[in-house]
Amino acid sequence: MIEAPSPEAGLAPALPRGQALWRGLRANPLLAVGAVTAAAIIVVAVAAPLLAPFPGDAGSATHPFQVLRPPSARHLFGTDQVGRDVFSRVLYGARISPLVAVIVLVIACVIGIPLGVAAGYFGGWVDEVIMRVTDVFLAFPSLLLALALAAVLPTSLTSLTIAIAVTWWPWYTRLIRGQAASVAGRAYIDSCRVLGIRPWRIILRHVLPNSVTPLIVQVSLDVGGVILTASALSFLGLGAQDPTPDWGLMVAEGQNYFTTDWWVATFPGIAILVTAFAFNLIGDGLRDLMDPKRSLLL
Amino acid sequence: MTGYVARRVALAALVVAGVIVATFVIARVVPGDPAATWAGPHASAAQVAAARRFLGLDRPPLVQLLAYFGGILSGNWGLSIHTHQPVLSDIGTAAPASLELVTAALILALIVAVPLGLVSARWPGGLADQAIRAGSILGVSMPIFWMALILQLVFSQRLHVLPAAGEYSPGLLFSHPLAQRTGFSLIDAAISGNWPMLGSILVHLVLPAVVVAAYPAGLIARMVRAQVLDTVTETHVQMIRALGFSERAVYSRFAMKLAWNPVAAAVALVFGYSLVNTFLVEAIFDWPGLGSYTVASIATLDTPAILGVTLFVALVYVAANLAVDIIQAALDPRIRLR
Repeated sequence: MIEAPSPEAGLAPALPRGQALWRGLRANPLLAVGAVTAAAIIVVAVAAPLLAPFPGDAGSATHPFQVLRPPSARHLFGTDQVGRDVFSRVLYGARISPLVAVIVLVIACVIGIPLGVAAGYFGGWVDEVIMRVTDVFLAFPSLLLALALAAVLPTSLTSLTIAIAVTWWPWYTRLIRGQAASVAGRAYIDSCRVLGIRPWRIILRHVLPNSVTPLIVQVSLDVGGVILTASALSFLGLGAQDPTPDWGLMVAEGQNYFTTDWWVATFPGIAILVTAFAFNLIGDGLRDLMDPKRSLLL
Repeated sequence: MTGYVARRVALAALVVAGVIVATFVIARVVPGDPAATWAGPHASAAQVAAARRFLGLDRPPLVQLLAYFGGILSGNWGLSIHTHQPVLSDIGTAAPASLELVTAALILALIVAVPLGLVSARWPGGLADQAIRAGSILGVSMPIFWMALILQLVFSQRLHVLPAAGEYSPGLLFSHPLAQRTGFSLIDAAISGNWPMLGSILVHLVLPAVVVAAYPAGLIARMVRAQVLDTVTETHVQMIRALGFSERAVYSRFAMKLAWNPVAAAVALVFGYSLVNTFLVEAIFDWPGLGSYTVASIATLDTPAILGVTLFVALVYVAANLAVDIIQAALDPRIRLR
């Protein structure tokens, strides 16, 4: 699945950085759309208490006399099965899935990068052992392994985050390993060795900085994927529990009333779609900026 | 070629062994005390101890692992807690419906996505290209459980053009009962000439298949675009152009021919992914496959069933990967040398 790294992949564009970025944005309006949308989502997440008309409804508040009201000026997205304002809950939801995604990706990088660099730089049996272990993890579709783990762990947002992180790091190990192995074979690394520079210093100063670019692109592409995985597990009841305003959970709760009261599940679903879409646009645009020829493989 | 195949098969066997160990670890190590779970919340200490002996948890872990391995290899995948049936026979009953759904979805995805990818590649940067790219990114960003609900609401509850749920109209069971031969309802209906049943299954298949197709369609459209853009600049394609073939033929016949190999590989890999995606869709459409079975297992904390399905899908995934590797090597000798 992983292509041999092309020699041009790491080359910076010949233009000054700002100008190259500007040209990239002009050539790829989708990237600009994604960046603006993602920025808006982050603003919503940070400012949710200020923006939400009914901040209390993000928690366990109940309003028995305004249950399942359709969208109106007072409740833009209607109210849910216990009378909470869906709009407020959707705004607060921006604090959950994106945060889960960030934590998952940080954990995946913390586990995946050192293992990948070690495998690529040292080679030999270290490489064999690490890569055979990642092979086993990659033999499961990631949603499936996360689902199995989340199902046996106690149900919580923490378990869900751990379950997804456990399935995500092998991709990064594999990606970094290929890059690190190709960098480790270059002559200047040999020179470093001959000069007697310690391995960890060579890795930190030379191998890592020269192998990390494709990983950055991949991580940005994966934000959307993690958000979708997390919301799918929440939808199956394996993540956040009521009253947490998690989008996947809200879709699951709204499912029971969906044929008559469509708004309860519709708006959180749109929030998931828009968020995943925005981050996927960014990832896709970044990949094009780094290497227009690189093709997408899963 | 023989050496290459032998190496691949050995690697796949190693991965399968690892997968079995991984499910063992998830089953026995992660949940704390499986004996307590088995005995139930109100069990006495003696009952938990009895459950521990019954489950073999009092033996050393290595012995347990070997027993688990032996069980998996001899077809004993444990008993499902909620159906009280052997997990493997439950999977055998449920898998055909899921495989039918995924296959239908992938065929649909190919039919839609390959032409779109070609159009995108022919005029890169143009309006159609931008729209198709945005559409394909939308496809891979879709929370499909939500899409399933929306389509169900629009097309069956409001417009009444497609059935909301089930694999076929239940009334047909009396007038045109389905003869079980292969377990695959579509094939069974077709070989027994049961046309009303076949039609009913196809109509019921439309909505779930469209939903499951969203992700692979987005992926395939992008892959076709990238691959065709790559190959169209190669000298032999330029040669075909110079020979006076129309642009349409250059793209759809010659450049696409080269793109098929990687696209086919991606389709085989996305098969495993889509099989898991059906887990989110089947319960909504009441499609009697692995997904509905798994969702029911999650609701009843049925660990043997969940891990059985996990193992099964992982095995399908490894087998698909192996098949792709071997077929690609057979088609393209350069791969064997890597």
